[in-house]
Amino acid sequence: MSLIISHLTVQVESKILLSNISFELKKGETVGLMGPNGSGKSSLALTLMGHPRYQITSGGIYLDRKDISKLPPDQRAKLGLFLGFQNPSALPGVNVRQLITSTHKSALSIKRQAQKLAKNLFLEQESTNRSLNLDFSGGEKKKMEVLQMDLLNPRYAILDEIDSGLDLDALRLISSSIKKSSAGILVITHYPRLLKLLSPNRILILKSGTIVKFASSDIISQLEKSGYSHI
Amino acid sequence: MSRFAPISSSTLTPSPDYPLGHSDQVDYEFRSTAGLTEHTVRQISTFKNEPPWMLNIRLSALAEFNHMPTPKWGGDLSRIDFAKIHYYLKPSQQSVGDWDKVDSRIKKTFDKIGVPQAEREMLAGVKAQFDSEVIYSSLKSFLAKKGVIFLGMDEGLRQYPDLVRQYFGKLVPSADNKLAALNTAVWSGGSFVYIPPNTQVDLPLQAYFRINSPAAGQFERTLIIAEEGSRVHYVEGCSAPAYSDGSLHAAVVEIFVKKGATVQYTTVQNWYKNVYNLVTKRARVEEEGHMRWVDGNLGSRLTMKYPSCFLTGRKATGETLSLALAGSHQHQDTGAKMYHLAPETSSQILAKSVSFAGGRTSYRGMVQINPAAAGCRSKVVCDALILDPRSRSDTYPTNKVLNSTSTVEHEAIVSRVGEDQLFYLMSRGLTEHQSETLIVNGFLSPIIKQIPLEYAVEMNRLVDLEMEGSVG
Repeated sequence: MSLIISHLTVQVESKILLSNISFELKKGETVGLMGPNGSGKSSLALTLMGHPRYQITSGGIYLDRKDISKLPPDQRAKLGLFLGFQNPSALPGVNVRQLITSTHKSALSIKRQAQKLAKNLFLEQESTNRSLNLDFSGGEKKKMEVLQMDLLNPRYAILDEIDSGLDLDALRLISSSIKKSSAGILVITHYPRLLKLLSPNRILILKSGTIVKFASSDIISQLEKSGYSHI
Repeated sequence: MSRFAPISSSTLTPSPDYPLGHSDQVDYEFRSTAGLTEHTVRQISTFKNEPPWMLNIRLSALAEFNHMPTPKWGGDLSRIDFAKIHYYLKPSQQSVGDWDKVDSRIKKTFDKIGVPQAEREMLAGVKAQFDSEVIYSSLKSFLAKKGVIFLGMDEGLRQYPDLVRQYFGKLVPSADNKLAALNTAVWSGGSFVYIPPNTQVDLPLQAYFRINSPAAGQFERTLIIAEEGSRVHYVEGCSAPAYSDGSLHAAVVEIFVKKGATVQYTTVQNWYKNVYNLVTKRARVEEEGHMRWVDGNLGSRLTMKYPSCFLTGRKATGETLSLALAGSHQHQDTGAKMYHLAPETSSQILAKSVSFAGGRTSYRGMVQINPAAAGCRSKVVCDALILDPRSRSDTYPTNKVLNSTSTVEHEAIVSRVGEDQLFYLMSRGLTEHQSETLIVNGFLSPIIKQIPLEYAVEMNRLVDLEMEGSVG
């Protein structure tokens, strides 16, 4: 049971952003993805979820052995893939419960679950009734992504800078929430703090659209000291 | 516009199976020959046993109709052939107050559009219009005890000729515009509502309109009189089945809101896509009265409708919440008019429109604050959502503030559904169609919230049906 990325090359408007990316994310494990700004981390996240702007020119994405690289995002989601967005879109007039209920029948159980999760994440109850991400603070947006992940219970989740803009308490809350998940998790971050809390099985370093290093989590402290330039 | 699915070679065709496009076989006792002559008008009046004064109103309106040019300032009306329209149809079924007595084929039609359910639940009374004649009417006894009159317009004229004569055409005179003249000449059906002073009608009064014959014009006439300190909410729902010939719907609604009275008039409308929907709706609001139009425009080939309020008494308020959805080959030319004729009156217009699949929406509005109307306020918000590059939205606002103590705020926002927004929703498992529908319903929700629940549910369902097939 794993998400396998195999020799993936991706371009946007004939510019190659990712080349020959290969790695495996097993269900239940946590993998950190780090790299300098512009190295292609978010591009990879969006490609895996199926954003139409990112064209796969070669390679494949296999979710539990099924090639999903030609499927639209909704079908990838239905197979158990989740993306926690770095910049989630605002949805005027649509709250998180309506969003999740439109693909899951039981509105009542979603409501109960959402309220419970909101409480655990120290989100105001009202936030599950408000237009999603509209006038939300940075922290509320990130917590709401984690809340959706919990509601959807994916097999594999990509979390793109889920820690940016969070204070220390919020960081602890979401990381303990993420740790409870049984999904395979790819965590994209710039900061060692989240990785220390999540204790990932492995770290991948992405530079200029290529994976330059597979490392154990020991590399985190080295990166803190000397940055990416030596890798 | 599917940006997320593999490109398919099939071309976009309008859904052949229009969900409300059922046409049932119904016997008509009388169907006027196509075309409009003095003979037709006299025949209608004779059939209805009307008093001579009403015949005279009809005849002079006919003369005005014949003289007036077809308006050129709004949507394209050039394809309406007034000579091909049947101006009066009388089903072989008299108006009855008991649901059991209604013809089973007519019931079947109503079943399909969901009237009986609504009736059983929480209706205060139903006037369901079947073509040009009210064939089913019921009025709960508690309303009758309060002295509330809720009848078909024809019946209203028979039972309360003096009351009708006092108000009929006083707010929308037949010379107002060509379509109002037409309606006045050939009107049939519609509702007559009278609310006595200080009477509150807590449940909405509901009417359901429907066109059910090829090339059948429907010209209903509604008159609502809300006496001092009274309160009423009137709901009209419209649905028309599929026909290939062009149909014309030209209604007139006149509402008198007396001192301190409150009236809400809600329209949930879904005409078939060949219908021209050209409606004149006007309210006069006296001192401290409140008028609110909630106007949902779905379907039709062309809708031209601008509910208006004449604020004639101090501190009167007028409000229009308008919703328009235009898909392929549709033009919704809608808006509102507010005339501030007295001091300290206030008005608010919220117009939300959605265009998709090459559809076009236009907001056309007028706010006028007269010189003597000091200290007035008006706020206009036009909010347009455009789903794809083939679709279009325009705004034609006119604001005239003729004194220095009044203000008009105008805000117009055009937004497009972005790729990133759709992608976000689809990443949660929604199909592209579900995503667009959810965005549209969210966008329209501030207005849909103002509609009674059972209609709001239907409205959401209609939006969903209308948008089906728009994703190619």
